[in-house]
Amino acid sequence: MGVKDKVIKVIKVSNKENFLKGFVKENPIFVFLLGMCPALAVTSTFETSLGMGLLVVFVLTSSNIVISLIRNYIPNDVRTPSYIVVIATFVTIVRMFTERYSPDLYTALGVFLPLIVVNCLILGRAEAYASKNKVLDSAIDGLGMGLGFTFALVVIGIMREFLATGGIMYGNYLPFLVDAPIYLFNFDWIINGFVYLLNLIPFISFTTNGFTISDYSLAMFSLPPGAFISLAIILAGIQFKKVRKEEKLAAEKKAFIAEKKRIALEKKKAAALKKVGEN
Amino acid sequence: MSWTLFATAIISAMLINNVILMQFLGICPFLGVSKRSSSAIGMSGAVLFVMVIASAVTYTIYDLVLHPFDIPYISTIAFILVIASLVQLVEIILKRYSKSLYKSLGIYLPLITTNCAILGVSEGNITNIWTANMPYWNGLGLAVATAVGTGLGFGLIIFAFSSIRERLDSSNVPKAWKGVPISLVVAGIMSLAFFGLVGVI
Repeated sequence: MGVKDKVIKVIKVSNKENFLKGFVKENPIFVFLLGMCPALAVTSTFETSLGMGLLVVFVLTSSNIVISLIRNYIPNDVRTPSYIVVIATFVTIVRMFTERYSPDLYTALGVFLPLIVVNCLILGRAEAYASKNKVLDSAIDGLGMGLGFTFALVVIGIMREFLATGGIMYGNYLPFLVDAPIYLFNFDWIINGFVYLLNLIPFISFTTNGFTISDYSLAMFSLPPGAFISLAIILAGIQFKKVRKEEKLAAEKKAFIAEKKRIALEKKKAAALKKVGEN
Repeated sequence: MSWTLFATAIISAMLINNVILMQFLGICPFLGVSKRSSSAIGMSGAVLFVMVIASAVTYTIYDLVLHPFDIPYISTIAFILVIASLVQLVEIILKRYSKSLYKSLGIYLPLITTNCAILGVSEGNITNIWTANMPYWNGLGLAVATAVGTGLGFGLIIFAFSSIRERLDSSNVPKAWKGVPISLVVAGIMSLAFFGLVGVI
């Protein structure tokens, strides 16, 4: 393998890493706490989170491409305003398309649709990445970061909708692929399935007695207080893992140092014994 | 137009539809600048100042320029440009004429351009207040009243939160919840408390 092949291989790997970094390692919401306003405001259901995330993916990718294309022609002093104008243009396009094809999503997102303009994530990527890198790299970066953002939103959205209603619905706001709203998941299915299995046993009959999970759900999680608390729970989980890892590393380091010290001490002892023996 | 209408607009924007706890606007400064109460006061002063000017200017632009020329769809681009240049202008004017005010608000001004509360209130004024038949001065009065209420609500929450946070620093929080997670829980409980005010007006 020549040097040239090696270089190409390195670039290919970095492309993949460039795409994947937004999901876990540099996740915009869970790690950098960027774009917190939409993360709290539009995540009351799974669908609105998905819709918002996909809109951000589109805006981020296209604005990254355009900014990367014109990066050498923009004077340094008016850099930020020009980026904002590019982003605002794409947001306006997205706003029109959403109003036309998914009016329910448009009303559900409300003021947060135009507010994509001031999402710190988009301007941050423009400043930190697209203004310094080539078009393809910037596009991949935008796509990866946007999908990472979507991933985080969807995680929060699923958690909140499940706790608030006991199921995950699809078709209320995004009228694609389905004619009427359907349940993607419902906790009642599990209960009904369990009761059905129990009834297979002879001489025993069970009923659910009209039990539905929606009678026992926590409506608070679809309201503003639930947004703060569910995001807090997720962030605490991530921090717990990080703290545990750090503690483990520290313990390993301590053990390593103790081992080294022990070995050094033994050597010293051996040397001393040898000296005594020589004498 | 009676005075009660403006008073209602201010109270409702400040306490009932609170900008941070109910509408989730301006979360970044809420978490970022609320470590000490002095910086929280500075930030909320700057936000109130810029918010009032920005809503007055954006409402005027929408009512007198964008609507008559039938181009309301460029409102997002127009508003963000106006706000960005307005913040610069305010900074320059403060620097020239009021050294003391500039010293206390100056470092927070550049942060405000990307503060979504400003653009959010400007856009919200258009969707909630503006109608084609409303006389210009009435609409402007309501927009400014909403901006004053929102700015005061922002200040109230961010100051209360920073005071709680100062005490939180010296309390014994589990390692996993230290920092942002426990702050979000505090915000959630505050939001729950403010939820009791829904329906008062």
